[in-house]
Amino acid sequence: MTSPSVATGFTFHRRLRRLWADPLGESRLIPAIAWLYIIWSIVPVFIAVLFSFNPGRSLSAWQGFSLRWYVSDPNLSVLHNPSLREALFQSLRLAFLTMLIATPLGVLLAIGLTRWQGKGSRPANVLMLLPLVTPEIVMGVGLFLVFTSLFRPVQLGTSAQVLGHVTFSLPLVVVIVRARLLGIGPEYENAAMDLGASYWSALWRILLPMLAPAIFAGLMIAFAVSIDDFVISQFLASGQSSVTIPMLLYGGVRTSPTPALNALGSIMLFISLLAVAVAGLALRWRRHVGPGAGQPAIPSPAHLGV
Amino acid sequence: MKGRPRVVGEPRGLWAAFAAPGVLWLILLFVVPVYAILAVAMGTTDPIFFIAKPTWDPLRWDTSAFREVFHDILTGRLGVIGLRTIVYVAVASTLCILIGYPVAYYAARRAGHLKPLFIVLLVAPFWINYIMRMLAWVNLLDTDGYVNRVLLALHILQEPRAWLVGRPETVILGMVYGYIPFFILPLFAVLDAIDQRVLEASRDLGASPARTFVRVTLPLSWQGILAGTALIMLPMFGDYYTPEILSGSPKTTLFGNQIAAFVSSGAGGTAGAALTVVLMAFVSVLMTYYLVAVARASREGGR
Repeated sequence: MTSPSVATGFTFHRRLRRLWADPLGESRLIPAIAWLYIIWSIVPVFIAVLFSFNPGRSLSAWQGFSLRWYVSDPNLSVLHNPSLREALFQSLRLAFLTMLIATPLGVLLAIGLTRWQGKGSRPANVLMLLPLVTPEIVMGVGLFLVFTSLFRPVQLGTSAQVLGHVTFSLPLVVVIVRARLLGIGPEYENAAMDLGASYWSALWRILLPMLAPAIFAGLMIAFAVSIDDFVISQFLASGQSSVTIPMLLYGGVRTSPTPALNALGSIMLFISLLAVAVAGLALRWRRHVGPGAGQPAIPSPAHLGV
Repeated sequence: MKGRPRVVGEPRGLWAAFAAPGVLWLILLFVVPVYAILAVAMGTTDPIFFIAKPTWDPLRWDTSAFREVFHDILTGRLGVIGLRTIVYVAVASTLCILIGYPVAYYAARRAGHLKPLFIVLLVAPFWINYIMRMLAWVNLLDTDGYVNRVLLALHILQEPRAWLVGRPETVILGMVYGYIPFFILPLFAVLDAIDQRVLEASRDLGASPARTFVRVTLPLSWQGILAGTALIMLPMFGDYYTPEILSGSPKTTLFGNQIAAFVSSGAGGTAGAALTVVLMAFVSVLMTYYLVAVARASREGGR
């Protein structure tokens, strides 16, 4: 007679043996770990965003849906609280300025580095990559010391923050634009010149339009990494007017946690995810339009090479 | 290395001129600041205003700040903090590898038609602000937050626990949560690039799936593991915000906290800069390794 417990014991034993023989193969262990990881990585943030819509002050008892902490509360909402509103504006201001300075610099640097064969090109390449691997605290300390002891005309505050943000977003723009450039090659410009175009008009009318999606993606990524930054903004801040969203969250999360902080964080989350999604679409669009297929559709700092 | 095919009739020095503004920017705002850290670390402190004064001339550098730092590392509180930082980073990195490898493996090999969705979910945390992600955990780990409620309901805890005051496990959880995406993605890229035929060959030649993994997949993904680990260890060593947000107690002070504290107090500028130099020397091995790995990967990529 076979009792059910013996049968389950038997299958369990077989499963164990199969798991032993093939730990990554047929077992359900790997998918389970993978999806549990995704849940673990997304759900906390999801809950934090959810509670930004909580009508009460609590961050753990859900009381319904409201926009109190975004617009309706006359004192504490993001719309009406001056310090929250100022932080949002400061973050957007820095992100726009960074985007507008870093992108043209990065495009020129990317074109220069891919085509320049001279002596300095290798050190320049390494120099371009260094800010990507330097711990932010090192750059933060260095820039702070430079602005307080050497480049005195630059005051700590917005101008110093913009200079710092451009420095760490520049390499990311270069990496994105260069990936596209490597797929283009000089043939198109040569063809244009065979057909009578001058050197500069080939550059302007052939190369630049072909780079457009990558340039656009570069704009969006510079915007996203700037709005995301905390360390450099904090080291180069001076006074209330240069407080950004991440700095405000950092200062308030332990001392005065209200759903308004969650609302502010959620607004930043929507803005940066939108910027990155648009960048991804731009890079995907180029795939159908021109060469350079096979580049990652969703850019991320991990696509630097390895 | 082969020369690049040239655009016909390009003016001499044109491309160097294109690169010049960006290179100049990086020299002024990356190289000079790093030099400034050295100059302040080897500089003096103004005796009247009590402010750190940089010494720009390397011949007049004064190493007394370093002697103090090393003395403190060997005998004082700084040694404890440094050791704690190394332990936290080591534990957090190990956890990232143990959790991250199966996840990257699933994304590269097993996700099937769910792969695009899975990758989007994998990349999403990259673009969600780090402080916002820590704020999410502060909400959850609060004394009357969901973590305590669930643990009480399951009778794992008998009374609510204060997770957010001086608990190493909370800080390490925060570091793993914060940095693990940066480990998974490069590893995924490496695993995804492994030629399926190599694995089939191994199986055809009689190796079991486990043996195929140990003898083929693992060695081929070794570079990805090392590069991913270097990539997460770099920011972890300079981290000061995670312990500050999730603990805020001297019991979990890390090296980065010490730097931030020194630099924000005017008089400690020299000591702060000296500590930063020590940190840079410490992580420069990781940085060099990562840059060499990137260079090798792009060469082998055939570009």
